[in-house]
Amino acid sequence: MDAAKLEAILARFEGRPDELIPILHEIQAEYRYLPKEELKEVAKRLGVPQTQVFSVATFYKGFSLTPLGEHQVRVCQGTACHLEGSERLTEAVSRRLGIDVGQTTPDGRISLEKVKCLGKCGEAPLVMVDEEFYGCTGVDRLAKIIKPLRKK
Amino acid sequence: MSETEFPMILRRLGTVDPESLEAYAAQGGYEALRQALTKMTPAKVLAAVEKSGLRGRGGGGFPTGRKWRLCREAAGSPKYLICNGSEGDPGAFLDRALMEGDPHAIVEGMIIGAYAIGATHGFIYVGLEYPLAVQRLGRAVTQAREQGFLGKKILGKNFSFDLTVRRGAGAYVCGEETALINFIEGSIGEPRNRPPYPPQKGLWGRPTIINNVETWANVPVIIAKGADWFANIGTEKSKGTKVFSLAGAVKNTRLVEVPMGTPLRRIIYDLGGGIKQDREFKAVLTSGPGGGLLPAQFLDMPVEFETFAAAGGNLGSGSMVVMDSRACMVDVARYFLNFSFEESCGKCTPCREGTRQMRAVLDEITLGRGQEEHLGLLQELGTVMQDASICGLGQSAPNPVLTALKYFREEFEAHVREKKCPALVCRPLLKYTVDPETCTGCLACLRECQVGAITGVFEEPLEIDQELCVKCGMCYEVCRFDAVKVES
Amino acid sequence: MSDQLVNLTIDGAAVTSLPGRSLLLAAREAGIHIPTLCYHDDLKPEGQCRLCVVEIGEAPRSRVVNSCTYPVEPGLTVNTASDRVLAARRLVLELLLARCPKANLIQEMAAELGVYESRFQNENPEELCILCGLCVRACREVVGVRAISMAHRTPEKQVATPFLEASEACIGCGSCAFICPTNVIEYTEKDGVRTIWGRQFELQACTVCGNYIAPKYQLEHWAKITGDPVESFFVCRDCR
Repeated sequence: MDAAKLEAILARFEGRPDELIPILHEIQAEYRYLPKEELKEVAKRLGVPQTQVFSVATFYKGFSLTPLGEHQVRVCQGTACHLEGSERLTEAVSRRLGIDVGQTTPDGRISLEKVKCLGKCGEAPLVMVDEEFYGCTGVDRLAKIIKPLRKK
Repeated sequence: MSETEFPMILRRLGTVDPESLEAYAAQGGYEALRQALTKMTPAKVLAAVEKSGLRGRGGGGFPTGRKWRLCREAAGSPKYLICNGSEGDPGAFLDRALMEGDPHAIVEGMIIGAYAIGATHGFIYVGLEYPLAVQRLGRAVTQAREQGFLGKKILGKNFSFDLTVRRGAGAYVCGEETALINFIEGSIGEPRNRPPYPPQKGLWGRPTIINNVETWANVPVIIAKGADWFANIGTEKSKGTKVFSLAGAVKNTRLVEVPMGTPLRRIIYDLGGGIKQDREFKAVLTSGPGGGLLPAQFLDMPVEFETFAAAGGNLGSGSMVVMDSRACMVDVARYFLNFSFEESCGKCTPCREGTRQMRAVLDEITLGRGQEEHLGLLQELGTVMQDASICGLGQSAPNPVLTALKYFREEFEAHVREKKCPALVCRPLLKYTVDPETCTGCLACLRECQVGAITGVFEEPLEIDQELCVKCGMCYEVCRFDAVKVES
Repeated sequence: MSDQLVNLTIDGAAVTSLPGRSLLLAAREAGIHIPTLCYHDDLKPEGQCRLCVVEIGEAPRSRVVNSCTYPVEPGLTVNTASDRVLAARRLVLELLLARCPKANLIQEMAAELGVYESRFQNENPEELCILCGLCVRACREVVGVRAISMAHRTPEKQVATPFLEASEACIGCGSCAFICPTNVIEYTEKDGVRTIWGRQFELQACTVCGNYIAPKYQLEHWAKITGDPVESFFVCRDCR
């Protein structure tokens, strides 16, 4: 556990139990997941039982207890995107990356997630890679999106 | 601009810089707050909201003024306000537009509300998927504080109030009031049993008002223009306007704001431009996974709370997804049940096990294993979920299925009796063949096929072996020449 | 006003109840039995199982609510066995029977309502946990150590220790196993050691008669809370 990093995060808060979720957001952003040791320390510092931290970490899909890849590929599963074939699109992405939804490539570079509506329904079906949005993405356009992620 | 539109809540989007309080103020921003604090008592502000007839815009449609009064009169302090900016319905992007495009309107509305109710702190909950909204609202709150609109002794009055922005962590169920309260307290988003209701016992057991983004944005308008002016818009039971995010098979995917009571047809055809490629309208769904799939017979239905409820749907928070003949109602029902299943918190049996089993039955039907008894089973299970689930998620999860069964029964029967999908969507029920006339032999489909069902040579028409084909439909996706044909 | 007794009607009979009483208890006191699964007299009611639902109000505005948390109201009409209520109870049990086909208690309760098999799919035939939450609530409210909780949401919801490891907070008391209606929680006792939730607890024998009382760790926990000398806990009830 990187104690200094965690201290830096905790210093931005007052240490109240209701700050648990904002603190977890910061840890997730820093490490791309929630490391167990950090979570145990947060529980201690906030005076919150470990069970609560674990329940919260597993209940909310914005948190991951296993490391996400350096790049996150998210396929929108909103209604408009579904009507434009996001289910087949997700399958195609999964095939090309060689991983199931919710998994990360063995080299730790790419994670694949389904995500609920991104609110850009005019560009359905939508794929999000890190902070970039790719609208109107047909299966034939996937190669162009995925290729740059693999390069070192 | 079409006569149908009435940009009241949307009036600043795209024209006023959302990152500038000065720009907001130059357009009359914070004048309503000044008026409320300097010329009205809290009781008068509350009375104005009651008189306006404003009802919750998050989907519940509960009279806002009545809710505020319950909270004002409740024992206990401090009192809290919450803005529900979760916008979990897939296909909804109106609250996002408001939070990103006019954040000060929400802040101003909440300060006025705090004054009327006697609240001292508020939280603005923003869905995980909207980081820009978190940023803009955070900035608006800071700017409002700097101008003395938030903090102690606001505008020199004996009234203190402040706001905190909280980013969601990815749970549709947190759109439900009591689950949202649990989230802010730092717990899992399971709903609470009611009574007691939030206006009496909410956040940390104190009186709490939760209102949707659009509801809060209506408050400054009511104070500035007056309750009578507001009550003149809309219908007898549904006052004011409603913002919708129109999406799906319409030509214009866009935000629309119309007076309550406007017929659906005008929204979809006048403002939405009609159906893409002039295909035939099939169904419209509002409110996401808790909504009803309504067929063409409802196109002249006026948009208001009661009409949607009577039709078996839900006016909802504003998502309006239009579907044409390319959509399969059985597939859409399955899609929404899967959504509800994945988002269900799991606290109560009817929702947790009910969404699981409804999804399983719909899977069977779309896989070609549907049986006659399945349709009755869906109906029975749906009724119990509506009756016995703790919260709105479970109570309304069956709506897409029940309305689809009611209005599109033939489609279900085709899937169950003939094992056919008339809309050509449910892949297990489809047959994929290569059209030798159009096939160029580029081999794209052959390379894509993972079971070796496609055979042939370069620049010669290929063939799909129906015995080996697993109907994944990927050949159809990758063919650039439209040479893969689908039938059911 | 809040001290006055409340008059309401349950199944056609006039009932008088203390204010704040739940419909479940008011009915019980009037001799009307309503089945429950997740309700326990010593725990705060959570209304999870939905078995105790009743119908309140008059048609067409009647609604179904769970009786374990809904409080009595003056003039309320309650129907504990209407068609809607029975349909809901039967279906809840049918759903649980699909989830846990081998759970004896569920089989019995379902049979009492005329449900002998389930039309729904089973995923794991050995599953016994009905996710009633009694274990979690007992650990939280009665024992107070919060060693287990509900993790995940519907698709993978389960009772779990933090990080699925041996729970550091557990004192080995076994209250969770005791309160579990379907005997899911396992613990073993062998050679003076109790193993539960992945941890081993040395059992303390009574210093007088030699019979095992409870895990030593649990007794030490209580001693810390009460401030009494720990040795006083090492004598079993019979020998005091």
